[in-house]
Amino acid sequence: MLAADGTPLKQSLARSLRRQKLRALLLISPLLLFVMFSFIVPIASMLFRSVENSIVSETLPLTVEALGNWDEKSGELPGEDVYDAFVRDMVIAIDDKKHTRLGSRLNYEETGMSSMFRRSGRSLKKLDPETDGPFKDQLIEIHDGWGDVKTWQVIKTHSAPITNGYFLNAVDMQRTPDGAQAQPEDKQILIKLFGRTLFMSLVITGSCILLAYPVSYLLATLPMRVSNMLMIFVLLPFWTSLLVRTSAWKVMLQQQGVINETLVWLGLVADDARLVIINNQIGTITAMTHILLPFMILPMYSVMQTIPITYTRAAKSMGATNWTTFWRIYFPQSIPGIGAGSILVFILSIGYYITPEIVGGTKGVFISNRIAYHISSSLNWGLAAALGTILLGVVLLLYWVYDKIVGIDNVKLG
Amino acid sequence: MTEATSDAAFVEFQRVQKSYDGEILVVKDLNLALPKGEFLTMLGPSGSGKTTCLMMLAGFETATHGEILLDGRPINNIPPHKRGIGMVFQNYALFPHMTVAENLAFPLEVRKMGKSDREAKVKRALDMVQMGAFGSRRPAQLSGGQQQRIALARALVFEPELVLMDEPLGALDKQLREHMQFEITRLAHELGITTVYVTHDQTEALTMSDRVAVFDDGRIQQLAPPDQLYEEPENSFVAQFIGENNTLEGTVKSIDGNTCLITLDDGSEIDAVPINVSQPGERTTVSIRPERVEFNKDRLHADAHTLKATVKEFIYMGDVFRFRMSVAGNDEFIVKTRNAPDAVRLNPGEEIEIGWLPQDCRALDA
Repeated sequence: MLAADGTPLKQSLARSLRRQKLRALLLISPLLLFVMFSFIVPIASMLFRSVENSIVSETLPLTVEALGNWDEKSGELPGEDVYDAFVRDMVIAIDDKKHTRLGSRLNYEETGMSSMFRRSGRSLKKLDPETDGPFKDQLIEIHDGWGDVKTWQVIKTHSAPITNGYFLNAVDMQRTPDGAQAQPEDKQILIKLFGRTLFMSLVITGSCILLAYPVSYLLATLPMRVSNMLMIFVLLPFWTSLLVRTSAWKVMLQQQGVINETLVWLGLVADDARLVIINNQIGTITAMTHILLPFMILPMYSVMQTIPITYTRAAKSMGATNWTTFWRIYFPQSIPGIGAGSILVFILSIGYYITPEIVGGTKGVFISNRIAYHISSSLNWGLAAALGTILLGVVLLLYWVYDKIVGIDNVKLG
Repeated sequence: MTEATSDAAFVEFQRVQKSYDGEILVVKDLNLALPKGEFLTMLGPSGSGKTTCLMMLAGFETATHGEILLDGRPINNIPPHKRGIGMVFQNYALFPHMTVAENLAFPLEVRKMGKSDREAKVKRALDMVQMGAFGSRRPAQLSGGQQQRIALARALVFEPELVLMDEPLGALDKQLREHMQFEITRLAHELGITTVYVTHDQTEALTMSDRVAVFDDGRIQQLAPPDQLYEEPENSFVAQFIGENNTLEGTVKSIDGNTCLITLDDGSEIDAVPINVSQPGERTTVSIRPERVEFNKDRLHADAHTLKATVKEFIYMGDVFRFRMSVAGNDEFIVKTRNAPDAVRLNPGEEIEIGWLPQDCRALDA
């Protein structure tokens, strides 16, 4: 197709729309930049940390090279060349104060490495790599860890600048000279935590559906004045601080809390057999259902609001009872709302952190609490990033499955 | 009760009142009786109470006072799904998650009808509205007119004796609406069903109904067959609401049986039929249809009273000529003449004399 002046129509159209597009881009650019620098860039760099492992090869470049000729499966200590290279690397690293960071990094893989590096640092500083060799025996003298084959195996296994080690750790496995293997039994907790997170999120989503459906129905069908009042009750907790609400649940649920005291006072529960409903899964599920309920009610309500009353009237005029009308006519049309609410609640709860931290104890915590632990306490950011990446992957996968089954076009959020 | 009660009545409203808030009556003292097989239209402006009446009959609203009888039985306490009344809604209310055939089978299914019977009836109903090939479509894939037909078929498929229609043609364009008007009346008469039809479109009411009930302010202003409604309106609301109408204000000078003399506010005098006036001195609004006004003196009685008129505007409408004139202080006086070979075209500014036969001019309430 050609435009009136002979240029291709597509080109002509693109030119006429260019100004419009530029203006639109200009309008969103502040937000775009903000999101870029405050959200996308940090997340991308965090995700990259899950595979990034340049610290070993950067701090010990000569050692890594020398270790290349060493057969880690032979069971013998590496030769003098490796020890010589190691001392040269370490002297520079100690000058730059980088050796302790390397120690912490390797400590994630083998406990004790951190103190080994720190203690050896003091003695190694005095050595001159040019004149004081050979170093093999001197090093083993300084710390007998340097005489352990395992130490060198760990350094070699984790010397690659890009590693899958963190991801293996995240699914309860580890990198060994013999390839990926399962962690020792007592260290396997992450898969269980992932499973628990998924299961509890499902339970929370389910209980939200059950509680939200009747409320949304009332909101959508009651007269305006009453339903506005109800809506305020729904939104009131929404406007209250999350911490306040979670703490309130702590007050409610603890052994000396409101619920237990009331039950004991009523004589329904013996004083010495108070219900344990906090610091476990029940606590997390109860509090999170309450906190996430508005996210279920609002999409349900907005969908139900669009179902005209004439549908139910038509069904009744044709002879359908109230139940048939609900089940055959009303419910099928409200499913998009259930879908929208469920996906919202499920995705929110799968990454929830504060509430399980406060009311979850040890049995009711989520994978996100573990991520937070590695970010702020153990400082194993690589593992935290790997866990986060997996979580993100799971959410995207579920979203995709959901789109295949329900169809994301059928979801209405308002 | 009074004259509304009759043995032949199939649907009957007896002194029905309805209030939503306990302060305002939306329906005030409604008495109405329909014989079996009648096509009755409730016509009125929005807020006149006509839809409320329909909803009370269907069972979606309860009467605040009074009794509604269906085939002699009071139905106030029967829930809608047990009334067996077919209903067509303004927006069709076809279930979007079911196919056309499933929509039609629904009323049969809830009546626990067997599958083969169901299919036969659905097919017959679809053929009846000439939609036989559309059974497997979804309502969203149909045009407005097709959806309308399906809604009609669905209301008829379980063979109700009474069908209610709530402005069913409101969403269609003019041509389709006219076609469907004909279609609905044909079906209603063929099947012999009693129909209560609600609309605010007077053309629809006039062309379709056996009788029309004109609603205003919660009351039936007039209940009559279409021709009577148009030609013999009983009060000025009906005269204004149905068709185009000219009104002139005045005072009754004298009444003599079936005619009366009216002095208009500018002093001129005209003849009229007294309808809502009974004695000289009363204020009145006289009503004349635009097509009954004559300005060809030869067609009037020799002794007929005439009025001076100034032509303000001439509008050519194809089949008719339409003049806007200034008559007795009313600048919106409309006169229509047929576009016949001998028709006169008057130009704006021309001064003429107009008149009419006394029986075409009705003296109504002020």
